[in-house]
Amino acid sequence: MTSSSDGSAKDQRPEESTAEVRAADVALDTAGGALEPSIVPVSSQSGEPGHQQGNVMRRIVMGNGFVSVLAVIVALFLGGLLIASTDAQVAKTAGYLFARPSDFLTALWSAMTDSYVALFQGSVFNTRQGFAPLLETMTVATPLICAGLGVALAFRAGLFNIGAQGQIIISATLAAYAGFTWHLPFGLHLLLVIVMGVLGGAAWGAIVGILKARTGAHEVIVTIMLNYVALFLLDFLLNTAAFRRPGDNSPISPRLDESATYPVLIPGSRLHLGFLVAIALTYGVWWLLNRSTIGFEFRAVGANPVAARTAGVKVPRATIMVMAMAGALAAFGGVAQVAGTEKVLTGGVAAQIGFDSITVALLGRSTPWGTFFAGLLFGAFRAGAVQMQIQTGTPIDIVLVVQSLIVLFIAAPPLIRSIFRLEGKKKKKNKTPKAAPEAALANATGGAK
Amino acid sequence: MSATTTAPTPGSTALPAFRPSLKVPVSLGVLALVALVFFGFLGSDKTAEMKISDAGDAVAVPALMIPGQVGGIVFGILLLAMAAYSIYLWTQGEKSPKWLPIAFAVVFVFALLVWIVAGARQPSISLAGLVAGSVTLAVPLVFGSLSGVLCERVGVVNIAIEGQLLGGAFTAALVATMTGSPYIGLIAAAAAGAVVSMVLAVFSIKYLVNQIIVGVVLNVLVSGLTGFLYGTLMVPNKEQFNTPGRLDILPIPLLSDIPIIGPILFEQSIAGYLMYIAVAVVWFGLFKTRWGLRVRAVGEHPQAADTLGINVNATRFWNVTLGGAIAGIGGAVFTLVTIDSFTKDISGGRGFIALAALIFGRWNPIGAFLASLLFGFAYNLQSILGIIGTPVPSQFMAMLPYLVTIFAVAGLVGKSRPPAASGIPYVKG
Repeated sequence: MTSSSDGSAKDQRPEESTAEVRAADVALDTAGGALEPSIVPVSSQSGEPGHQQGNVMRRIVMGNGFVSVLAVIVALFLGGLLIASTDAQVAKTAGYLFARPSDFLTALWSAMTDSYVALFQGSVFNTRQGFAPLLETMTVATPLICAGLGVALAFRAGLFNIGAQGQIIISATLAAYAGFTWHLPFGLHLLLVIVMGVLGGAAWGAIVGILKARTGAHEVIVTIMLNYVALFLLDFLLNTAAFRRPGDNSPISPRLDESATYPVLIPGSRLHLGFLVAIALTYGVWWLLNRSTIGFEFRAVGANPVAARTAGVKVPRATIMVMAMAGALAAFGGVAQVAGTEKVLTGGVAAQIGFDSITVALLGRSTPWGTFFAGLLFGAFRAGAVQMQIQTGTPIDIVLVVQSLIVLFIAAPPLIRSIFRLEGKKKKKNKTPKAAPEAALANATGGAK
Repeated sequence: MSATTTAPTPGSTALPAFRPSLKVPVSLGVLALVALVFFGFLGSDKTAEMKISDAGDAVAVPALMIPGQVGGIVFGILLLAMAAYSIYLWTQGEKSPKWLPIAFAVVFVFALLVWIVAGARQPSISLAGLVAGSVTLAVPLVFGSLSGVLCERVGVVNIAIEGQLLGGAFTAALVATMTGSPYIGLIAAAAAGAVVSMVLAVFSIKYLVNQIIVGVVLNVLVSGLTGFLYGTLMVPNKEQFNTPGRLDILPIPLLSDIPIIGPILFEQSIAGYLMYIAVAVVWFGLFKTRWGLRVRAVGEHPQAADTLGINVNATRFWNVTLGGAIAGIGGAVFTLVTIDSFTKDISGGRGFIALAALIFGRWNPIGAFLASLLFGFAYNLQSILGIIGTPVPSQFMAMLPYLVTIFAVAGLVGKSRPPAASGIPYVKG
């Protein structure tokens, strides 16, 4: 214990101002005799993921995958309990629980599993269609991955991009407009559709970056507000002659030209080229963040804007660029919706994608490939939920519950660790270096109470 | 002794400002010109009729008849005069007084209204109905933004207002139906809002999860949970779970007959009266009591508050919980006052407007209340526009609260500054 605190105290020195503040606070606390000095280093345990103190972004980014898996399991379990709690059969058997507990347990088990089995059949594999549902999952996941990458990139630069929804809407609007009004040759048309959409999304994101960099307006507020502005703008446009189908009063655009849409990859499914674009984007973001100077600057700004500025990074410029890029990434999601999946523009073109993408980025811990697989998982939830509702009558909303629970558990690793108390202890015995932070953590939460 | 303890403050080196900001005079001037040109010179020459009392009212007041174009020019000149006064003050090196932008806004909104009504197919509007409708729509917003004020003043960002409203709305409908009493439903709604808030508090204070993340996720969670239970419980058994009945309107005799303000102030359900009480109590509590001083200290500088012996995290926890309870009552308004049943996502983004109102109201209960009224007005106008048939698309009216908020946080309309420690978790040591 003492040795660990010594070691961490050394680590503390390189950190500049924050470390000093911490040291001052600690002096106060120990003077009062309230706390052991051993909790001091908690602030500098940045290397160990998921701990108290420290930068939240860092925690999002560097958490371990194990907690993610546990979080998914716990969330699915709780979601199952929720389904079971409203199940008629479970309620009936609970009436004679003590007489025949086996009936109750059977009913409970089937209530919990039936929905998930249907979900799996609707999203991955079933005997009737083979792996066709998996293609649908990939289709649904495409915009989620793109928008999730946008959110994740902003997270890495220390910005909360809640505005993927608005960015998707704007890009989808512009892309669709280019898709159904202009009539251009194959290839060129699709390219222009993509460019229009991406420029729109990038501009919508850049507004946030500019406001943040120039006036200090908080990006969370601005993005939330811009989401609604975009929504109403789309609603307005769909009621103008330019966007409506000729001779039709309902707010739905004409179908995009064949030449303006992503080609279908596998005949008989809806899976389109946009999915490959999403893979390419994932790789691109990975390269940007881990191999390029600009990505390094982004991460530096996210880790510590003051230090980044001292080191010569132009923070306002980086802020604007990150938000523009985040908007552009989300825009690919919007393009995938109109040019790939839906092929028309409606008021609900963005559905819940923008909001889901936040949970996708959080589940993916803001790493590009993590976001990719998280997008696939949530895509599977979305695709399978439809089948689930048809087969078992479980409302689609259960997906929202499971998704949000997953993110809550992932965001609070100590909670998951306390649920799986035994595993945490086992790990401690095996790996001594991990024990110190665990102890410090316990100490810190005890102290904070 | 005193000389040694005075430490130099880091901000003291900044030069004193020679001139106040030009932002207010310039934006007022631009808006006044816009008003003069669009509402005046380009305005409709029809006469706008503003009915003040309805046919059945005890006190009859003649309707206001305002000719569109002339009215627009008069209002435009009035606005220009105000802007000129603001610019004059600026040349004298003085700041515009606080009442000026508010008075400007009131005149501007009225000029806008005249312009819209005069340009409509049916140039007549009931002012009393418009105002009363705005207040009705503003009630949940006021409760929501008060919740935000309480949370942010103590240093916790509350993005979960939407979830608190929705949780309150659902629980109110469910409990009121099951117990047969809307009043018990109202109490249950407060409890539900408090529970949602407690999750926010526990995750952000104990587990130090980023408050914005918890807020965003809680909104999704509550939406999913209420949507799921709505689908499994309420849709199949509407009689049993989703017929809450309404809170009675309790008019105060005589006072409720006063034109315009009578119905607003004295002809409300208990939730409406509670709103006025809540605004007053929260304002008084925050700025006039020891409790409020502590709350604000925790929100501005938790270390200092802690040093003085205030339990920072406990203060935060209970404030956030209280805020949730208030928002829960606001949610109950949806299902017990506005309409008498719950539908999926009934709060429809109103929690985010409440958030906007709180920012536009500069983290002050009275400000949040006035901003909520303004946004409620915009909301109501939006639906009325559709009925009287105007050239202004209702979507732009719907955008207004959000645009105004963006301008507010960007510092174009005054300066909005959140509590210093808002959003930052506090860890002792």
